[in-house]
Amino acid sequence: MSGRIDQIFSELRSGGRRAVMPFVCGQHPRPGATGEILRALERAGAPIVEIGVPFSDPIADGPTIAGAMHSALEAGANPRGLLEEIAAVRGELSIGLVAMVSVSIAHRLGGADGFVDLAADCGLDGLIVPDLPLEASGGFLKACERRGLSLSLLVAPTTPEERVREIAASCRGFVYLLARAGITGEREGAVDLAGPVGRVRAVTDLPIAAGFGISSPAQVAEAVRHADAAIVGSALVRRISESDDPAGEAERFVRSLVEAAGPGASEGPTASAGPEISRG
Amino acid sequence: MISQQGTHEGVGKGPVPRISEAPDMEGRFGEYGGVFVPETLIAPLRELDEFYEKLRHDDAFVDQLRELWASFAGRPTPLQFASRLTRLVQKGLGQKRGASIWLKREDLCHTGAHKINNALGQCLMAKKMGKKRVIAETGAGQHGVATATACAQLGLDCVVYMGAEDCRRQALNVTRMRMMGATVVPVEGGTRTLKDATNEAMRDWMGSSETTHYVLGSVVGPHPFPMIVRDFQSIIGIETKGQSLRHLGGIPDAIVACVGGGSNAAGIFYPFVDEKVKLFGVEAGGRSSEPGEHAAPLCLGSPGVLHGSLSYVLQSADGQTEAVHSCSAGLDYPGVGPEHAYWKDAGRVKYSAATDREAMEAMLELARSEGILCALETAHAVHAAMGIAADMDREQNLVICLSGRGDKDVDEASRLMREAGLFKD
Repeated sequence: MSGRIDQIFSELRSGGRRAVMPFVCGQHPRPGATGEILRALERAGAPIVEIGVPFSDPIADGPTIAGAMHSALEAGANPRGLLEEIAAVRGELSIGLVAMVSVSIAHRLGGADGFVDLAADCGLDGLIVPDLPLEASGGFLKACERRGLSLSLLVAPTTPEERVREIAASCRGFVYLLARAGITGEREGAVDLAGPVGRVRAVTDLPIAAGFGISSPAQVAEAVRHADAAIVGSALVRRISESDDPAGEAERFVRSLVEAAGPGASEGPTASAGPEISRG
Repeated sequence: MISQQGTHEGVGKGPVPRISEAPDMEGRFGEYGGVFVPETLIAPLRELDEFYEKLRHDDAFVDQLRELWASFAGRPTPLQFASRLTRLVQKGLGQKRGASIWLKREDLCHTGAHKINNALGQCLMAKKMGKKRVIAETGAGQHGVATATACAQLGLDCVVYMGAEDCRRQALNVTRMRMMGATVVPVEGGTRTLKDATNEAMRDWMGSSETTHYVLGSVVGPHPFPMIVRDFQSIIGIETKGQSLRHLGGIPDAIVACVGGGSNAAGIFYPFVDEKVKLFGVEAGGRSSEPGEHAAPLCLGSPGVLHGSLSYVLQSADGQTEAVHSCSAGLDYPGVGPEHAYWKDAGRVKYSAATDREAMEAMLELARSEGILCALETAHAVHAAMGIAADMDREQNLVICLSGRGDKDVDEASRLMREAGLFKD
């Protein structure tokens, strides 16, 4: 049971809707900015927001997100400060809040049990730990179950079928599907997730959120024909970096993504894949 | 077979596993090591692990590598008695103190350091895997030069990631790489040094692993890299053992090596870890033991995850990697190989740190007593070795892994030495 995230996906499925899951870098463009941006994303219609915990060495991230993390750190960002900002705004938001955090930071801030407690106490609803492999995920899974948090491990295009099954079995809330090999970043061109999503659907009833390289409304529309949610990171982070009105810009851009994901997306071929209970 | 001591079969069935039997099947050295990378890299790492496991038992591969080491890289390197350095240490100690000091001359390898051992091994492996493109990270540029060299020799495309700051400090090595046909990519992110170059190489590999092999330069990173690099570098220790039996009539009593990521140290230590030899690793003590002023994670850091494995790291209380400093660019790294963390906790290797000043003094002492201008990295080991030898008995023998030559450091070292009042033109 992973609380709010399960409930959100269950409501989406029963309404035949797909989601846009924006990614923002915590405390970016500066410490103190997180609350205002989360409010803007809720107004824009995002049901779940992914918050990246700034880290000095994010190996899965391309120049946009890595650059945002470095500038946030230089401006004084730190994980505990970010968690406090999230806790301060949690009460007024109904959206799901999921932290994307490197195992380096989680290890340092109390390990699986300690970090999950810290995250749950600050009102986070789930964790994505991008560099936590299946083999080392047991402690996090136990802790997340204990606190009702979602835990999303990554499935890559290179992941063999049997391993996809094992990874999905160790996820709670939703599975994070890498839309392509490589790192985060904006990409042009079509996103065809029929095959990759199908591989995951075949082994799990959990919702599937796809990310990496999804940056435009058209790509979101393509992605949610198959996936339950499209994660958009770099395109949003870049706009936040460049704008004089980061919250306003984030709201406008995410609203355009949400509209692209619109109700039509629910007619995708996988709408029937959800478990019975979540359609009720 | 490539130099693994205790393989998983047949050795050490007793209750206490031999130190050499690490890593386990999951790449763990005790609690350290492992694989902490995005899922995209799991499949290529497994492919590498399986391929390497077959390759190291493949006689044709081993013969080909040994031939390259011999005819191209100049192996075996000599084990030389350092008579005048020994006398310098023995001075004033009385008749019974002060061990004989021997030098394992990796500085005589082609390209000037031990790095070529691993670069040739991994590039030959890349060829056998059918990969046409090779990427590498480099700090001071020695591993980059060694990889560019191996790629030119073996006909592979080579891309080297190097921090923009390091490109500036080590312009000579950038030119050497480019002259051998490698593409050098200056990395502008983060602190613009080795750790950022490593991040960038891993990012490249996440999108290119089908066609590309990542030649990691030290005993760091996710499994199987720490094991593979150690095995290729173990030729240093294997030769040292044979040469000691001939020249000393037995194995040495102590071995000293500098430790950045720790590849030369792992290479010379590993064939001796199950034997009665005292092993000493020497980290970069920098200017002081204050945060940001040194690069000594084993002495002053704590366990953490960096670049795909768990080891000692210099990290803030929040898990951010801390700034590091050393006069030697090759030791200027906030992490260290997981096997060193294991050896430290097991009490098998004793780790200390030498300061910038101590290293520079030792560089001059070795140059003037033996006519060998060693790398600044190596000079850290020379400093510690002189102290250790002085505390040993006269009939004992100490080996220093003379990991590299100092040509690359002449400008920077002489500038720092003048500032410190150690050297006049």
